[in-house]
Amino acid sequence: MAGNMNITLKVWRQKNAHTKGKLVSYDAKDVSPDMSFLEMIDEVNEVLIKKGDEPIAFDHDCREGICGMCSMVIDGRPHGPKEGITTCQLHMRSFKDGDTITIEPWRAKGFPVVKDLVVDRSAFDRIIQAGGYISVNTGVTIDANAIAISKQDSDKAFDAATCIGCGACVAACKNASAMLFLSAKVSQLSLLPQGHPERMSRVENMLQQMEDEGFGNCSNTGACSVECPKEIGQEHIARLNREFIAAKASSENV
Amino acid sequence: MNWFTSAVSSSVGKKIMMALTGLFLCSFLVVHLIGNLQLLNLDLGISFNTYAQFMSHNPVIQTISKGNFAIILAHALIALFLTRQNAKARPIGYQVKKGSANSTWSSRNMGLLGTILLVFIAVHLYHFWWAVHYGGSIPTREYLTDNGDIVAYTDLYQAVWFAFSNPFIVAFYVLSMIAMGYHLYHGFASAFQSLGLNHIKYNFFIKVLGFLFYFVIPALYAYIPLKIYFLTCCSSSSCSH
Repeated sequence: MAGNMNITLKVWRQKNAHTKGKLVSYDAKDVSPDMSFLEMIDEVNEVLIKKGDEPIAFDHDCREGICGMCSMVIDGRPHGPKEGITTCQLHMRSFKDGDTITIEPWRAKGFPVVKDLVVDRSAFDRIIQAGGYISVNTGVTIDANAIAISKQDSDKAFDAATCIGCGACVAACKNASAMLFLSAKVSQLSLLPQGHPERMSRVENMLQQMEDEGFGNCSNTGACSVECPKEIGQEHIARLNREFIAAKASSENV
Repeated sequence: MNWFTSAVSSSVGKKIMMALTGLFLCSFLVVHLIGNLQLLNLDLGISFNTYAQFMSHNPVIQTISKGNFAIILAHALIALFLTRQNAKARPIGYQVKKGSANSTWSSRNMGLLGTILLVFIAVHLYHFWWAVHYGGSIPTREYLTDNGDIVAYTDLYQAVWFAFSNPFIVAFYVLSMIAMGYHLYHGFASAFQSLGLNHIKYNFFIKVLGFLFYFVIPALYAYIPLKIYFLTCCSSSSCSH
């Protein structure tokens, strides 16, 4: 079709967690600008499968920007050149005919590569398990409006709650720090009254877990917020710092 | 005490230490600059040498000065530790890097800028601080005070003016101050973020104060050697420097 593009891909191929990987070149021919980035890779994989080659392994699920599964560093940027979207929401119209696109997995000690572009993000699950929850007693359903929450606080908590846990913040950070993810989870629950009973232990335990997983230290470059598909801001990291200082100064955990 | 050591050694604890030591060093920059500006008084050095005499002999200042050295060291050592830890957090790097798309150059090169500043501090101390305290190579100059006494001060003023007649020393100082400007372009505002101070009510003040620290103060520091160089160069007959 007229307007279709030919693109060269350089994709990170790695058999499994224990082997060394390398960049391998592929030609993506006759790519429609209306395709999503993942559809383009699907097409490349079709060709590979027909040839009897191993298709490129990559994470994906909902393909509408809400599940947080897709994870690719495209030309050095997590989720590609556009801001505020995930890889699955990126379209080939953002590229030009003849472009060479380099695709790499998230790079962090806390996110070991499983295969090709697939990384193991269960470190995030363990950070959540360390305190990213509220305890609710079983029994009758409580009236949703029983506790008054200001509009401002509910808006801020919701901004934090938009985090889909994709890990782009870690991938973007020069220190591979998970501070933006952590701050979104801590912010969301510390802004709401339901999160207050575990408030102090939460921030202490979640930060400890983040360090134990081997993520780096935040140095406020702000790269995470720029690359975050949900545009979670730096003010959440400031809130995390406040929560941590307050918890360390006044919690009963000695 | 376990809670305290775990707080300080945690990721957030270390960034708070970086912020507090960094802000202390910013306050030092203001005091040091006010003193240094006396160098531009064409008064045979009485105002600057009086200031230098006070700074090198007053016991309170001497104590603060030792604390200052300790804080510079602490700031550098924590940074070194953080840098090593952060390097370990990404054992395999990216083939394509595009940091410029999401962050400022300063924020990504604080270690490099800090190292330049550490070298600068070492050279700067050797030039003047060492010469005053242990070198013994700087002659004294006598001044008549208002009440008729004659006082003899180490003539650091003359030593500085002589050093800044050398274009290489001037260039080194000016380049170091540019590095300081870039270091503070990220560092100053970052310190407040680390302390959790990010709020619509006071972000404006952090921005304005930040401009003062990353631009005005380094510019004034750099202005002193440049001004002295051009004054000495153009007053000497050969202008051979």
